[in-house]
Amino acid sequence: MQLPVINNEASEAKAGGCSAGSCGSTDDQMNHLPEHIREKVFNHPCYSEEAHHYFARMHVAVAPACNIQCHYCNRKYDCANESRPGVVSELHTPVQAVKKVLAVAATIPQMTVLGIAGPGDPLANPERTFETFRMLSEQAPDIKLCVSTNGLSLPEQVEELSKYNIDHVTITINCVDPDVGAQIYPWIFWKNKRIKGREAAEILIAQQQKGLEMLVAKGILVKVNSVMIPGVNDEHLAEVSKIVKAKGAFLHNVMPLISEAEHGTFYGLTGQRGPTHDELQALQDKCEGDMNMMRHCRQCRADAVGLLGEDRGSEFSMDKVEQMEINYPEAMKMRAEVHAAINEELESKRLAKESKVQLVSIQGLKKEVTRPVLMAVATKGGGVVNEHFGHASEFLIYEASSEGVRFIGHRKTTPYCEGGDTCGDGESALDVTLRVLAGCEAVLCSKVGYEPWGPLEAAGIQPNGEHAMEPIEEAILKVYEEMRAAGKLEAKMDEQQKVA
Amino acid sequence: MALEIIESCTNCFACEPLCPSKAIYEAKPHFLINPDKCTECAGDFEDPQCATICPIEGAILNDDGIPLNPPGSLTGIPSQKLAA
Repeated sequence: MQLPVINNEASEAKAGGCSAGSCGSTDDQMNHLPEHIREKVFNHPCYSEEAHHYFARMHVAVAPACNIQCHYCNRKYDCANESRPGVVSELHTPVQAVKKVLAVAATIPQMTVLGIAGPGDPLANPERTFETFRMLSEQAPDIKLCVSTNGLSLPEQVEELSKYNIDHVTITINCVDPDVGAQIYPWIFWKNKRIKGREAAEILIAQQQKGLEMLVAKGILVKVNSVMIPGVNDEHLAEVSKIVKAKGAFLHNVMPLISEAEHGTFYGLTGQRGPTHDELQALQDKCEGDMNMMRHCRQCRADAVGLLGEDRGSEFSMDKVEQMEINYPEAMKMRAEVHAAINEELESKRLAKESKVQLVSIQGLKKEVTRPVLMAVATKGGGVVNEHFGHASEFLIYEASSEGVRFIGHRKTTPYCEGGDTCGDGESALDVTLRVLAGCEAVLCSKVGYEPWGPLEAAGIQPNGEHAMEPIEEAILKVYEEMRAAGKLEAKMDEQQKVA
Repeated sequence: MALEIIESCTNCFACEPLCPSKAIYEAKPHFLINPDKCTECAGDFEDPQCATICPIEGAILNDDGIPLNPPGSLTGIPSQKLAA
């Protein structure tokens, strides 16, 4: 759990009028959550950037049927609801899926969460989904279960859902206006008929909202996913955010549309583009005044297994799993020990940070207002700057301002240099990275080679390898302070200072 | 009178539980319809259920070999884009 480098008093005073607990600018939405929810989700790798480095989740594909069509989905592949399009998961029967989950949980004790998402809609396949949940609740009570749905069948399944060890349900809600919905959903299957157009969207929206209300009434946590589709629902999603928050959803995850032509989706083939980094961030910022926003969803492959940055899925193909002998009661003891050790480490880190944060806040609370700056960080995890520029497959993006440092999101890239002899494509990979880092004014990494230095500077991105192994927020504040001292932050600020 | 599932089927399971005649069964490489059992849902539903939920255009044919969901009818993708 990364704590904000700004103190709460300052941000609340600035934000003024926001409801407590959901406003301000921090780098981790976990801090906004009420204590009882935070306790439930602290070890859920999808809900906290930091937990992502300590805990793992997996998905099983047991529910391939779907009851709606989305324009961002090609049904020949996985569902874009919760997984990358263009990916096909190995389909399992419920019995196979349970075997696989137990094998992974016994081998990777950090695995705390099992999700059923795409391909298909889990609640359009209730028998297969619930059989899997029932067996897992019995055989592996230490694994949390979550499920992701388009919401069409949700109201009739809430009662059944509440019987299992499920505390999170994700509903993909892309709109609350049927005219918008008609541009996203070409059809739904409803009461033995295929319904198209606005009428279909109207039914789907009503079911989603009803399902959300019913889950909240049952005390089941609801996260809302939305796919941001420029020109279709981008303007509309701020309203969606407001409504789902008012109804009790605890987190909103706005994800960029993925629409490569080769995925063969309607949007891909008709040239509908996805949002730019800036557009996505602007919308997330706009929604944040109303709602806890999720900033680090990596739109992972549905069948990825393991901790952040490692995919051990191939170790657990069904033919390999069938050969494994798993003694789960024994494994559960070992898992409990591992979880206790991780929790202890996280807690001590949190305390250490808390005392430091207060210090930084006091130092950082200068009255002078300086312009915000985006910086990219290469990290392998642990909350420190510890990745070589050329080895980074993603960068964490932070915004530094006179208010402090906040986490904005992450951007994927192709590692500029894989090391050794594999640098052949280095140049084009660097171009990709330069594009991905657009808008950032510095990139912090443990090391940065001579070659990319020039192109980075030319692109207005200052390479910085001076803060290796330092905590990310502290390093960013130092760089920001250097920029301030060098007079790089004064632009556009003179007028504001006069007003103040 | 029977419908037929052809090779473009993606084995998504959506149709199987809906069939009122239990004519659809899992098979390799794709689901199949037992023509002796299939009634095209006559007497049970207004629309044949398998073709009503099937997401793949062209995967289910009628007696005359004509797709119940022709190209473009479900995804809305214009046919010239589909061919590309």
